[in-house]
Amino acid sequence: MIAQILANGLLLGGLYAAIAAGFSLVWGVLNIINLLHGSFIVLGAYGAFFLHTAAGVSPFAAAPAVGALMFPLAYALQTMVINRVVDRPVLITLTLTFGLNLILNNLMLLAFKADYRKVVLDPPLGILDLGAIVLPVDRLVATACSLLLVLALWSLLRLTRIGRAIVAVRMDRDAAALMGIDVRATYALTFALAASLAAAAGCLLAPLFPISPVASATYLGKAFVICVLGGLGSVPGVVVGGFALGVMESLGALSLGPEHAGTLAFLLLLLLLLVRPSGLLGRRGFD
Amino acid sequence: MRGLLLPLLSGVALLAAAAFATLAGDAYALRLATTLCLYIGLASSWNVIGGFAGYPSFATAAFFGIGAYAGSVLQAGYGVAAPLAWLSGGIVAALLAAGLGYCILHLRGHYFAIASLVVADVLREVANSWISLTNGGMGISLPLLSIGVEDQARLYFWVFGAVAALSVAAAWLVDRGRLGFALRCVEQNETAALMLGVDTRRAKRAALVLSSLAPGIMGAVYASWVSYIDPTDAFDVLLSVKPIIMALLGGVGTVAGPVFGAAAFLALEELFWRNLLELHEGALGLLVVLLVLFLPGGIRLVRPRRLLAFRPLAKPGRTP
Repeated sequence: MIAQILANGLLLGGLYAAIAAGFSLVWGVLNIINLLHGSFIVLGAYGAFFLHTAAGVSPFAAAPAVGALMFPLAYALQTMVINRVVDRPVLITLTLTFGLNLILNNLMLLAFKADYRKVVLDPPLGILDLGAIVLPVDRLVATACSLLLVLALWSLLRLTRIGRAIVAVRMDRDAAALMGIDVRATYALTFALAASLAAAAGCLLAPLFPISPVASATYLGKAFVICVLGGLGSVPGVVVGGFALGVMESLGALSLGPEHAGTLAFLLLLLLLLVRPSGLLGRRGFD
Repeated sequence: MRGLLLPLLSGVALLAAAAFATLAGDAYALRLATTLCLYIGLASSWNVIGGFAGYPSFATAAFFGIGAYAGSVLQAGYGVAAPLAWLSGGIVAALLAAGLGYCILHLRGHYFAIASLVVADVLREVANSWISLTNGGMGISLPLLSIGVEDQARLYFWVFGAVAALSVAAAWLVDRGRLGFALRCVEQNETAALMLGVDTRRAKRAALVLSSLAPGIMGAVYASWVSYIDPTDAFDVLLSVKPIIMALLGGVGTVAGPVFGAAAFLALEELFWRNLLELHEGALGLLVVLLVLFLPGGIRLVRPRRLLAFRPLAKPGRTP
């Protein structure tokens, strides 16, 4: 029983890592809390939904394509709007992304309506019976893909010139500028990268959870909690935070009943902010 | 003198609006004036912590909602008289703020903003699931006052007006007093203020409690006014964001700014959004984006020529 709950939690946690990775990246590098993040995830899920209904593309295969589509949109948004206030105090940047999110969410409600939709895989992927525990294959694939995405982000930051530039800006913006890094362009790149990751994560969620503009706030809340749990601005932190939240939600749903899982996460967030605002793996530098 | 003039003017404007609304006896005008008073109270209260101290608080919805629930439970469940229940709403909100002050005011920047934002979410979930006290998602219906409909509308206007006037007066006193000075120090450089012997923690706690009183009372009065509340309504995140937008519109960190901002916001709301039912939230979002990009110092810093140049103001007089 406990093994099954742990397995459920870990499966969920892998997905959570992909949900939070982009949010953490933007927060760490741009020092902005991107309230649009949840809506980006939902937008990605709609992308997967429409690709699936129109062309029968599997949502897992659609993830890279939808992510790539999101990239230029987010890049433009960052260069034209957010970069204008990126150095301003928290109140201004937070209010800006709140306003942008109101617009995007309203547009999605108009375009897609609030009905819940879901990608139904045909044929269903079935379950994997390991004796003591039973794993749904669709969740397993989604979690594997999402961990792959996070791994891709990590290697991008580690191994490429662009990635090193992003890390440099995160560590010390002024020094990075002196080293010849175009800080504004790096901001735009980071934001676009994070949005692509969010959209791709949305594709992976599409066959598992109902899709609706209303869901964006939930995803955003989870990204908050994971960032604070794992510590801001590190890829391993996001993975740890994601798994921690997944396991805790499964255990919480067992002991308190599923309707309190959300409250539990938020209480945990408040508690963690009180005692350890830097998170479980918190430290400076994004690597 | 200039510091005295603006609050005086806004007080006079408020009284004029009041006289107009009650004399005209027009239900729509009265409703508008009542909403204006609600907005002024919320924006002016937020300004004490968010403007003077520069702490980006998103806790207004939490104070408003807990006040609304305290007032409703006392009236509907225990038969407490309305005025007493309204006051209790303020007291409960102030107690919450005092507790929060010990818990989250050591956080700065993003962390404070998020912690204050989450409080309303937690309270909403609690209100949803503590069914024996709050009736859960079904909400609470409040007993109606035993006076005529028109008298009731007028009464609520005067109550909201009184609370709004008190909160503006409180902001004015804070602004001129030692507390205001301490809060300005916190806003400009908290570490330096601490080193110079300003008791910043006490000042911040006082500011947070002060900023919770009016929203708490207004939440309780609002519950009676609309005679029904549920968790989604009482702890709506827009209740936290709208006062900030109003303060930004009028000028953050000034006494008169939130008053003008509230009036401007209400005017925009009435002019545009009544006709944009489906796009209501999107239009609000657009307003926020334009405001933040082009007018971060509020309406009073508008330079028409600068606006035509299509770029954000380079150096606003006062940054939040």
